[in-house]
Amino acid sequence: MNPDSTIVTDVVCPLCGSLCDDITVRIENGKIVEVRDACDMGESKILGHDRIKSPMIREKGELKEVSYEKAVKKSAEILAKSKRPLLYGWSSTTCEAHEKGIKLAAEVGGIVDNTATVCHGPSVIAIQTVGLPSCTLGQIKNRADLIVYWGSNQSQAHPRHMSRYSSFIRGFFREEGRKAKYVVVIDVRDTTTTNVADEFIKVEPGHDYKLLSALRAVLADKADVLPDDVGGVPKDAIMNLAERMKKAEFGVIFFGMGLTQSRSRYNNVVNAIALTRELNQFTKFVIMPMRGHYNVTGFGQVLTWETGYPYAVDLSRGYAWYNPGETTSTDVLNRGECDSALIIASDPGAHFPGKSLKHLSKIPVIQVDPYHNPTTEFADVVIPSAVAGIEAEGCAYRMDNVPIMVRKLIDSEYKSDEEIIDDVLNKVMEIRGGK
Amino acid sequence: MADMIIKNGTVYDPLNNIPGEKKDICIKDGKVTDKIKEKDATVIDAKGKTVMPGGVEIHAHIAGAKVNAGRLMRPEDAWMGKVPKGKLTRAESGSSIFNVYATGYKYARMGYTTLFEAAVPPLLARHTHEELEEIPIADKGAYVLMDNNWLGMEYIKNGEIDKLAALSAWFLKATKCMVLKFVNPGGNEAWGWGKNLIEVNEHTPHFEVTPAEILNAFAEVNERLGLPHSIHVHCNNLGHPGNVGTTIDTFNAVKDIKPGRSDRKAILHATHAQFHAYGGSNWKDVESESKVIVDYINSNDHVTIDMGQLMFGDTTTMTADGAMEYDLHKLSRRKWINCDVELETGSGIIPVRYSPKVAVNTVQWAIGLELALLIKDKTKIALTTDHPNAAPFTKYPEIIALLMSSTMRDGMMKGVHESIKRTLLPSECAGIELTLEDIAKITRGTQAKLLNFVELGKGHLAPGADGDVAVYDIDPDKLDGSRNPDQIINAFRKAIYTIKGGEIVVKDGEVVATPMGRTFIANPEIDESLNKAMLEDLTEKFVHYYSVNMANYPVQSRYLRNPFEIPLKPSKEVA
Amino acid sequence: MNMAGGTVVIKSNIKLVTGRLIEQGVLLEDKMSEAYRDVVAVCEMNGKDMNEYNVKSNVRVKSEFGEVVVKAKRNDENPPSMVFIPMGPWANAVIGPNTGGCGMPQFKGIDVEVKATKDKVLIVEDLMKTYMGGVD
Repeated sequence: MNPDSTIVTDVVCPLCGSLCDDITVRIENGKIVEVRDACDMGESKILGHDRIKSPMIREKGELKEVSYEKAVKKSAEILAKSKRPLLYGWSSTTCEAHEKGIKLAAEVGGIVDNTATVCHGPSVIAIQTVGLPSCTLGQIKNRADLIVYWGSNQSQAHPRHMSRYSSFIRGFFREEGRKAKYVVVIDVRDTTTTNVADEFIKVEPGHDYKLLSALRAVLADKADVLPDDVGGVPKDAIMNLAERMKKAEFGVIFFGMGLTQSRSRYNNVVNAIALTRELNQFTKFVIMPMRGHYNVTGFGQVLTWETGYPYAVDLSRGYAWYNPGETTSTDVLNRGECDSALIIASDPGAHFPGKSLKHLSKIPVIQVDPYHNPTTEFADVVIPSAVAGIEAEGCAYRMDNVPIMVRKLIDSEYKSDEEIIDDVLNKVMEIRGGK
Repeated sequence: MADMIIKNGTVYDPLNNIPGEKKDICIKDGKVTDKIKEKDATVIDAKGKTVMPGGVEIHAHIAGAKVNAGRLMRPEDAWMGKVPKGKLTRAESGSSIFNVYATGYKYARMGYTTLFEAAVPPLLARHTHEELEEIPIADKGAYVLMDNNWLGMEYIKNGEIDKLAALSAWFLKATKCMVLKFVNPGGNEAWGWGKNLIEVNEHTPHFEVTPAEILNAFAEVNERLGLPHSIHVHCNNLGHPGNVGTTIDTFNAVKDIKPGRSDRKAILHATHAQFHAYGGSNWKDVESESKVIVDYINSNDHVTIDMGQLMFGDTTTMTADGAMEYDLHKLSRRKWINCDVELETGSGIIPVRYSPKVAVNTVQWAIGLELALLIKDKTKIALTTDHPNAAPFTKYPEIIALLMSSTMRDGMMKGVHESIKRTLLPSECAGIELTLEDIAKITRGTQAKLLNFVELGKGHLAPGADGDVAVYDIDPDKLDGSRNPDQIINAFRKAIYTIKGGEIVVKDGEVVATPMGRTFIANPEIDESLNKAMLEDLTEKFVHYYSVNMANYPVQSRYLRNPFEIPLKPSKEVA
Repeated sequence: MNMAGGTVVIKSNIKLVTGRLIEQGVLLEDKMSEAYRDVVAVCEMNGKDMNEYNVKSNVRVKSEFGEVVVKAKRNDENPPSMVFIPMGPWANAVIGPNTGGCGMPQFKGIDVEVKATKDKVLIVEDLMKTYMGGVD
């Protein structure tokens, strides 16, 4: 073995909301050369790949390499001059960077929002309507005997979730592991997750709300009002599932964007939570959103303790203003309202609707990211950063709100997001102070 | 920092037997001192004003997972309390659950300079510290929840008290907390199955230990470790009619434990006692049994309490007692968050509106006041609202006025439910009025005494104490509190000066400086071989049952900017 | 391309669903690569639909909000009359921008027309250029 080889255990994977913290990596000569126990997505990220090499500023349509100081100064000038900047992204960086970013947003009177806006934003609205009976993932691992994945393709989106926390894992009261659990998948199509379920219930696209209401009707002893088929699901299957839910010792619903992004959006989640609440009259039942980015949850936490609201916060009034539909990023862009944007640790170029991108192409855009991505095509200033969780440490929150510190494994020639935002903030304050 | 002299004020420093004397307070290098050179000092003229040590919060939910979940669930609460940013201050939000900045500013405006977060689920401790680090001005500390700890319950079942001590020390260190806290012991584990424990001798499922056994064992451990505060307990059966029996049973469950240090007699602090002092058998006939608690406290030294005073209006309830929150949800059907924490504890949140037209709310409102009025030794009872459960802490000035003014109470009693007849407020409490000295006790002196922070410089103003001082716009010579409750409310709502560590942080009720305080932590020492044996057991729990690896569990030192390790006084058995 | 939406009427019973794929996740931070395009610029269709629309290789997917060319891929686990494009830049050309007052665009359940085409799949850079300039 190479004498410079170092093994690091208990590494936290900075990719998805499962935030697996049992990864082992081998480092040689300051580079990660091997990753053990991560899924393909995590391994790919931890091993690393092409990076943005240098800070850049767009001149005459082309991005030209510039010094870090120049890029920071240009960014600060753009933000200081803006009337309504949008500070968007944040979900793939640390809570320390979030705190600085919110301070920057407060300083420039901007709108600050993260990727939840196009992911579990509707779940947040639902929680604000009906609450959320939930728990930490270990509770599910040790107790659950009925697991329902609803509109959530675990095996593709959170590849190790089933083996670490839910279907397959052995727990204290579930020593038999998978055998001790009944697994149901509800989705609009067959997926690799449905393949490992005990039961697949195929619902027609956009009919989840109806199906949830049907289950609630059965719980309320109103099964007689149900037609023979609800959203493509036979009444028998609905009756059976309701019965199974009532008789479980500990049941859980994991839900994904199949509920938040389809017709009825947040109302689907409201109905799913209401169903879970009602199940608690019969047994123990919990529900959990499957959060995507590894620290999308953390941004919601930080923004909430800083301003009182979890996403889509407009700080232009001096106090925090929160109104999803108005202050959410795609709406702000679709209305052509913001006059500059700072995009960090996310990629709206790849994940926002075309109409939103049209406006993004017209305004000055600052991108802070380790990687070249579609957003770079819109960027006027690009500042490459260290990869949080690999080259910089800090706090992240798992999908169940458990905070875990992601590590710095190797050195980087780039500054961390936290440092970059702090530099921009200081420069903004310098410019504004000089007025 | 310049020296400071607060001149000619009327000083209330009950722990030093100063019950309102005209006296100067000098501060040098952030500490109270005998005298200073006046010509180099900042001089504060406190003539005709009331001077007290900085306030100490012994029990509030101000930071961490459930506080933030409460904020997230209630944007309406944030909106109602919005205050724009200032030159120096960040934007504030919240009317019952405040953002981190509002929390720091609002306490400071009331003259409070030391705050304790009362419930930290160990697995989520990192979150608590992330928020505490953002709360400006005050010094802080936190209590770790050990109520339903799996390994703890196994040790208790097997009678392994030595290992239980090692385990408690490990969790204190791993979570960077300083008090052992218990919420619905045994009951939260039952709630993991949708069940609960009501009586102290019921057994929790599988682990087969009772609340009484859990508290007795941890009380012994607490004394062995020499922790400054006693165990801090939210009794089983909270909020249910007829629960006073459970409360007294809880007190008796630790009666055999002897204090491990000579500077404290209490073995158990029963928090928010108001919620645990009910008679009757249902929501209709619920009545005050505060007398039972009062008599017990008046005749026993091993239990202390805080009020948990309920005030009418809108607020948010949040507690590790998940089963109780579900009960509230069943009553009101309002939005409900639950979060059970693996191998450790539970939690729940629900918004609530307490109304004087509701029988039970009226009884609850009366009980807190009864406790504070009737307990003779005011160093056994602290003023709290179990913020934000029974009311936000911003209601303290009104509560102080209610305690000082029987006229104000009489006025309020006219507008409440007739269930007030089932309380002692109109009868036994009639005419009782607390003095400013009593108030200085129940808002700072008592807290510092119960937490054993007197030597650490909190809750008093003798030389060597921290330079934490509040100056209120009350001239004791002219005050007729009974007839002027508004004056009391206004004075305690906005201190003329709040001084923290010798620095003026509030002037005329406005924040003028936002320094960051310290965070108190406890690091008990444990015999190495004993610790090793415990760690083998704990490692098993992590390998098989936790969802986080043990190496990633303890809160890293980077989360505390300014930690301060408090000295412990362990008894010989573990030293 | 019609970015504003509303004026193009889609007469079709095909629904578009977008979502995650592990391969898309693997390449999440390598989006300028050919590999990413191979995985994400794809339309999964049931064999029946492929036959019905005479699809061999590429398809033009059109909604009232826009249109995009992607590679067709047979997946019979997908029900007929439902097509799946992994979340990403190509899907976003046709999903709906309207958030219904809650911030969330229409990523799932969009009415689309699907037609075989010989046109090429745009690379990311060129796809992004289609959003630049012009009017909203």
